[in-house]
Amino acid sequence: MTTKLLTALLLGTSILGSAGVAYAEDVTLNIESWRGDDLTIWKDKLIPAFEAKNPGIKVVFAPSAPTEYDAALGAKLTAGSAGDLITCRPFDKSLVLYQKGNLADLSALPGMENFSPVAKSAWQTDDGKATFCVPMASVIHGFIYNKDAFDKLGIKVPTTNEEFYAALDKIKADGTYIPMAMGTKDLWEAATMGYQNIGPNYWKGEEGRQALIKGEQKLTDADWVEPYKELAKWKPYLGDGFEAQTYPDSQNLFTLGRAAIYPAGSWEIALFNTQAQFKMGAFPPPVQKAGDTCYISDHTDIGMGLNAASKNADAAKKFLSWVASPDFATIYANALPGFFSLNNTPVKMEDPLAQEFVSWRGKCKSTIRSTYQILGRGTPNLENETWVESANVINGTDTPEAAAKKLQDGLDSWYKPAK
Amino acid sequence: MSTATHSLPRTIGAHAVLLTYTAIALFPVILVIMNSFKSRAGIFGAPLTPPTPKTFDLIGYTTVIGQGDFIHYFQNSLVVTVASLFFVLLFGAMAGFALSEYRFRGNTMMGLYLALGIMIPIRLGTVAILQLMVASGLVNTLTALILVYTAQGLPLAIFILSEFMKQVSDDLKNAGRIDGLSEYTIFFRLVLPLVRPSMATVAVFTMIPIWNDLWFPLILAPSEETKTVTLGAQLFLGQFVTNWNAILAALSLAILPVLILYVIFSRQLIRGITSGAVK
Amino acid sequence: MAAETRPKRPIRWHIAVFLAPAVLVYTAIMILPLAGTLQLSLFRNIEQSQVFVGLANFRTLFGDPNWSAGFWNALRNNVWFFIIHMLVQNPIGVLLAALLSSPRLRFAAFYRTAIFVPTILSFVIVGFAWKLILSPLWGVAPHLLDLVGLKSLFTPWLGKEEYALTALSLISVWQFVGIPMMLIYAALLSIPDEVIEAAECDGITGMAQFWKIKLPLILPSIGIISILTFVGNFNAFDLIYTAQGALAGPNYSTDILGTFLYRAFFGFQLQIGDPNMGAAIATMMFLIILGGVCVYLFLIQTRLRRYQF
Repeated sequence: MTTKLLTALLLGTSILGSAGVAYAEDVTLNIESWRGDDLTIWKDKLIPAFEAKNPGIKVVFAPSAPTEYDAALGAKLTAGSAGDLITCRPFDKSLVLYQKGNLADLSALPGMENFSPVAKSAWQTDDGKATFCVPMASVIHGFIYNKDAFDKLGIKVPTTNEEFYAALDKIKADGTYIPMAMGTKDLWEAATMGYQNIGPNYWKGEEGRQALIKGEQKLTDADWVEPYKELAKWKPYLGDGFEAQTYPDSQNLFTLGRAAIYPAGSWEIALFNTQAQFKMGAFPPPVQKAGDTCYISDHTDIGMGLNAASKNADAAKKFLSWVASPDFATIYANALPGFFSLNNTPVKMEDPLAQEFVSWRGKCKSTIRSTYQILGRGTPNLENETWVESANVINGTDTPEAAAKKLQDGLDSWYKPAK
Repeated sequence: MSTATHSLPRTIGAHAVLLTYTAIALFPVILVIMNSFKSRAGIFGAPLTPPTPKTFDLIGYTTVIGQGDFIHYFQNSLVVTVASLFFVLLFGAMAGFALSEYRFRGNTMMGLYLALGIMIPIRLGTVAILQLMVASGLVNTLTALILVYTAQGLPLAIFILSEFMKQVSDDLKNAGRIDGLSEYTIFFRLVLPLVRPSMATVAVFTMIPIWNDLWFPLILAPSEETKTVTLGAQLFLGQFVTNWNAILAALSLAILPVLILYVIFSRQLIRGITSGAVK
Repeated sequence: MAAETRPKRPIRWHIAVFLAPAVLVYTAIMILPLAGTLQLSLFRNIEQSQVFVGLANFRTLFGDPNWSAGFWNALRNNVWFFIIHMLVQNPIGVLLAALLSSPRLRFAAFYRTAIFVPTILSFVIVGFAWKLILSPLWGVAPHLLDLVGLKSLFTPWLGKEEYALTALSLISVWQFVGIPMMLIYAALLSIPDEVIEAAECDGITGMAQFWKIKLPLILPSIGIISILTFVGNFNAFDLIYTAQGALAGPNYSTDILGTFLYRAFFGFQLQIGDPNMGAAIATMMFLIILGGVCVYLFLIQTRLRRYQF
């Protein structure tokens, strides 16, 4: 036993010794990210493309799990051991990092001119004077459906609420498919794919969102409660035991061909393409009456910033300028269909499902998720509470009105709109 | 030992209870390992049947093994666990002996001070610990993890060991003193062998949270060279949430080494327990 | 209590030598960082600098309904979590240990090894495996219930407010029952044969022997496992976090102090971490656990009879 221990210890020290050897010649940039899913795309496509043009700079993509990303990044930034490049969550999560001096000001970065003010708004100070992350992509909400199932049952793609519920009823009556693949176990599905997906049609997108920030509307107003009333109607169309159905469960349920409709975010496209054995289509959230203007959630979701404490700031800025270039946008948007470039230069996309999603930008008015800008900065946190309450509404443990009241009360406790 | 008390029905009853509980304990593990060898259709179609030639598929394992250097991760975990365990047991036993054997001013306070650590999750000290490691240049080394785990394991080890050391006979130690043995010899030669069973127990308690920790590897040593197997598995799970083949394979790969290690170790553990019991 | 007997002995350096390594490592890497964190509870971040505010954070924690509701909910859930462990885990552990220690039991080594297996698994594995088993999609649990004709009993336990916490507590019991089992087993084995033989001569056998002879002898060990369970439960975090996420759904019904603290301290999703409030919660947790441990150390442990064999 003792000799074993000794060998293990010796082995340990030798490994410790070799771990310290770093590459001295080249500058190495580390990217902090929560997008573990994109590891292969970075490794095989994006980083080689950059390194080919910039000899002497090496880039390492080092993701951590999405659930731990913010906590781990915060600790590493505070202690000074974080990577050079930081993948930015939208709005306050990154704004706080900028205010603490963890993220550098990138307003003057070459390439920043490739983005519209709207695209940059997710990574700017409230007065819009400083931009601290390069916008990378947005995601669009809608519904993905099983085309084979719709054809078999003779269902037309629904455009209004009435058609939507008629379609769901028909699928339910037939019984082959679960009408809708969604669970409430992970909470955020209910809020993001439910409330934020269909909501903009009721609160009229930007109009309602801005009015909420200004304090002219309240979450207890009809426009904001109505989406909850719709969500409450979804319960009978979900699968058995949807209360314990996780997000991956929902994805599997749909891609195994057991469910007909999937309330989606466009980021699902890449995965669904590889897993589903049937044809898929997509439709935007149905409007209340035929002829109504449609609104979609086109949410600025991901950007990249510079660690203010980075020792390789020049190389990192070079990399960020490349991230801001149309070159990057083309590779990224095509490697990850469903993450839509925010670059002003239009990007050609090959994927039909992604094209369908992005085509709604022409037909409908775009908005971002209502709980992110400004309203997402206090405690109790409006976004997190929206998760909890949306799940409660679908589970039937809270009425739409009660849920809305709880959210508004929580918001009132810290948010005083500027008069 | 007398055999008169053991009737047949009672033996059967004991076996029935133990068998039932064994089944409950092993079922989830077997389920995961069994299904990791099946195709996607097999996993969802018939989760409770063992793999048949029709559903047998190694796709999960090929995905996992193509993704990361799990053998290297495993080595890292092993080094960290064994080294931390060694220091926890050595330092813990020494401190436990001091607390249980000697009466000195502040003994109780010292005991309480050393027990404070089991009352607050060490995770809360993360930022300060990280700053310490950054300052001493230990970030992304296994040494950082070993230091943290040693500190983390000590309070519980001292708590349990000092309790057990109180049960070691005073006569024995005093006999040693009369023979002119130094306090160090008494500790290492007389007391340590007697508390082997509790050392083994503490070893198991200490080992499990170290082996399974996710947080400190993530914060202190996330680099590819120093990644531990739990961190590797967690990253992998995050990456392939919908790919159940790969997930079940990754889970099995994370279970099997610990299981093997434990089966080897449990012999030592039990031998320690039985031989240590003074009869 | 350990009163010095005023000896004219020289300074006993060996005590310092025995204590030094543990105290040094422990103080530097655990106590100082933790103290640094706990003192944050008396400060508040105003305009990017830490300002001393006395007990204001604690007033917020108990006075502001948004915080206090969350705290009391987490504490209540935590107490329930602990009760289930005490009522289910420890009795099962003692029972299994008692059965295992009966002499001449065949396959004892196998049982012992097998029952301890869940304890060595990581939370990642346990949380994930049980989520899969209880998943309505995979259908293992309903299928099993169907085999014994109880399919109607199946509900999505982890998704229902009224069952989720109990289900998770039982999963935790499943995982950790090996610990009380091993500790009690070791204690039972170290009871000298002479004691048992003497009891048998007096005609005390079987159940009576367990209750009258063995149980009093293993009481110190039961004391240890109770306090370990208490400390472990009030520090618990990982299982809830891996199985239910940091928001401890549905509707915070599985929120325990550990997850409540995590959200406050590190933040979650859009909620920004607030180290000051987090430290205030951590201080409360610390006081709760300290209280429990003191009760044990000063009231229970000193009254337990210890036998030196």
